[in-house]
Amino acid sequence: MAAYLARRLLQSVLILLGVSFITYVLLYVLPADPVRQIAGRSATAETVENIRHELGLDRPFIVQYGRYLAGLVQGDLGRSYLQKSQVAELIASRLPATLLLMLGAILCELAIGLTFGVLAALKRGTFLDQTLMMASFITVSAPQFVVSLLLLYVFAVKLGWFPIGGYGTFAHLVLPALTLGILGSGWYSRMMRSSMIEVLRADFIRTARAKGLTRARVVLGHALPNAILPVIAMIGIDIGIFMGGIVVVESVFGWPGIGQLAWQAIQRVDIPIIMGVTLVSALAIVLGNLLADLVAPFIDPRIKLK
Amino acid sequence: MKRLLASTAVMMALTLPAMAQDYVPDPNAQAGGSIVITYKDDVATLDPAIGYDWQNWSMIKSLYDSLMDYVPGTTTLRPGLAESYEISPDGLVYTFKLRPGVKFHNGREMTADDVKYSLDRVTNPATQSPGAGFFGSIAGFDAAGDAGLSGVQVVDPLTVQVTLSRPDATFLHVMAINFSSVVPKEAVEEFGADFGKHPVGTGAFKMTEWTLGQRLVFEKNPDFWMPGVPYLDQVVFEVGQEPVVALLRLQNAEVDVPGDGIPPAKFTEVMGDPAQAARVVQGGQLHTGYITLNVTIPPFDNPDVRKAVNMAINKDRVVQIINGRAVPATQPLPPSMPGYTEGYAGYAYDVEGAKALLAGAGLADGFETDLYVMNTDPNPRIAQAIQQDLAAIGIKANIQSLAQANVIEAGGAGTAPMIWSGGMAWIADFPDPSNFYGPILGCAGAEEGGWNWSKYCNADLDAMAIAADSMFDPAKSAERLALWSDVYMGVMEDAPWVPVFNEERYTMKSERMGGEDALYVDPVSIPVNYDYVWVKQ
Repeated sequence: MAAYLARRLLQSVLILLGVSFITYVLLYVLPADPVRQIAGRSATAETVENIRHELGLDRPFIVQYGRYLAGLVQGDLGRSYLQKSQVAELIASRLPATLLLMLGAILCELAIGLTFGVLAALKRGTFLDQTLMMASFITVSAPQFVVSLLLLYVFAVKLGWFPIGGYGTFAHLVLPALTLGILGSGWYSRMMRSSMIEVLRADFIRTARAKGLTRARVVLGHALPNAILPVIAMIGIDIGIFMGGIVVVESVFGWPGIGQLAWQAIQRVDIPIIMGVTLVSALAIVLGNLLADLVAPFIDPRIKLK
Repeated sequence: MKRLLASTAVMMALTLPAMAQDYVPDPNAQAGGSIVITYKDDVATLDPAIGYDWQNWSMIKSLYDSLMDYVPGTTTLRPGLAESYEISPDGLVYTFKLRPGVKFHNGREMTADDVKYSLDRVTNPATQSPGAGFFGSIAGFDAAGDAGLSGVQVVDPLTVQVTLSRPDATFLHVMAINFSSVVPKEAVEEFGADFGKHPVGTGAFKMTEWTLGQRLVFEKNPDFWMPGVPYLDQVVFEVGQEPVVALLRLQNAEVDVPGDGIPPAKFTEVMGDPAQAARVVQGGQLHTGYITLNVTIPPFDNPDVRKAVNMAINKDRVVQIINGRAVPATQPLPPSMPGYTEGYAGYAYDVEGAKALLAGAGLADGFETDLYVMNTDPNPRIAQAIQQDLAAIGIKANIQSLAQANVIEAGGAGTAPMIWSGGMAWIADFPDPSNFYGPILGCAGAEEGGWNWSKYCNADLDAMAIAADSMFDPAKSAERLALWSDVYMGVMEDAPWVPVFNEERYTMKSERMGGEDALYVDPVSIPVNYDYVWVKQ
């Protein structure tokens, strides 16, 4: 176990290093000059060169990247070019909102997705199955912008049940989490359905039924725990996606998450923030996957970590 | 300098523009209350030496003061932290008498040392101020560094003297620009690079809360030096708000002014509803949207080709594309800018005339070129309209729709034959005609990386511009503006641009907002002048 963990952590570090290098290269070759974004329109050529020098952007690529890495190993993500604040501080200030929305969204996804998936599997081939699967197809293809605005308009503006965007109370969380839950639930219901169908065909289910267990106990006690494995792996991936930012939903609901920060930084070529957010979301994907792998043996003892 | 000071007899005493020109307080104004302003993007910084974007420009104006200021809702200069000023006969020495008893938000009294410190700071390369170049006329600017500007001298605690290396008619405007805001040294040193998150100024409001990515709260500064100002007790800025959602919240009485304006998709709906339209204030804006024609890339090196393009563009149709939120432009300066040439019709829309000019240039069969445009709505749609207009005279323009930073890069590098300026168009930094010339039409801006994307450089016009900006004497103001008008007419003769439209501003406000309309389309404080608006209780 310890050896496994050590190996996985080492792998994670290498992945992050690779991500940082590729992102840095991409930002470096980008045909857009961050200094010009900072300097604005009225800056003289001297001002532009001065800012470039002060930021060290007149150095060769390898020196710039080396400096960045040197800061990184000391836990320093640098300062934003435009805001001048510590990138770590900017990300940290948005972390609670992002984590909260992620948690809410995943819970909604699971609640909707698993229910629909299990129902569809149990009623396979019926009208209900077809309806649910069609619904899941619609939700995964629906644009975030449309769904968010629709929910906002109906439940916040017209019915007044929830605040029109913002952050702070549980009521603020409901609509954005529900939007993401609905949009993401399709993946879960489809995966749950196929996984469940497979498990229901297995010998041990027949045995359980033969033992005379109630249908509910067979489904909930035997089939579900076995069918849920691939879903757990998917949660790990979802965590990474959500950490990278949910730009549209965040901006419609005025949710102060990482997505907004990243989007604004990309528009303004604020490289330290783009790097910081990329690394944090890469870290989340790596850790999310690691976590999913670590949890799996507890649910299915057949899985052993090597 | 002593000699100049001694010759007070010939010194122009320009103490205070007549009070009649100043702001007349609103007799209906009520004190108190709190308003909510929304923005989509986060506020980057409130450090006046650094802040240079849409959101923080007016915020900084309310947190800090400069030596000079503007009469609210107008482009007329008035003294700010300076109580009065005097200009030496040669226009090189400005002596500012400071208002006594002005306090920073930290309680300390502002003195001449703070003024010098602030000007030294903004011009020090280590500060990385995007606005440093505005101060280029101050003596010692080229050697600016930790030692400070030699041209700025503290005479006594309430007197600052600024010596220029050349006469500069825009200097008082420069002393009113955000970059020259007076900041207290101790606060800047305490917070270092984070000063922008912990602003301390002398302004009408002080910041009391900043929750990153969520909201900022400005509270009334009870010690503000101007009695009775501001009216509001509090201004709350909520950031991260999509303009469409901000509008819904306004309709729900949760928001007072959506800082990003009325979203284009909702414009017709809002203006079609009398109740909502009544709460929209329309005004001019110091903005021009234009097409640059790169004079170094054939066939745009031929003035006749550039004139033909000018005549080919149907500006009325382009204005329709943005729901009529603009007026067709005839010249680089917007109509509300001093120096605008009244009665000049520009190049009229004339397809046959344009074809004839092209034929005369030996291009009867037209040619192929690239039109660069920023990739956010409505700019690609505008570019398509331009493309169609050009096709009508035989020019095949391929649209290069790119992210803003990439268009700016191509413009600066001089590789773009044509650029539609939308999304990057010029909005004046200060209300003076010179601000529309140097960086975007003058030779200095034509260098690689500059904002003169036409790469147009007319030495004669540059000389006229310098002559105009040397006319520092306010008595010669009319003469100076006439000269500037000539400069822009000269530009139109060479036609490096197609001026397309001047955007109008539409500020929407909640029902309870009071104060005259001019405050809601203030040419200097966008979207509104927070210091003077008020709410009905």
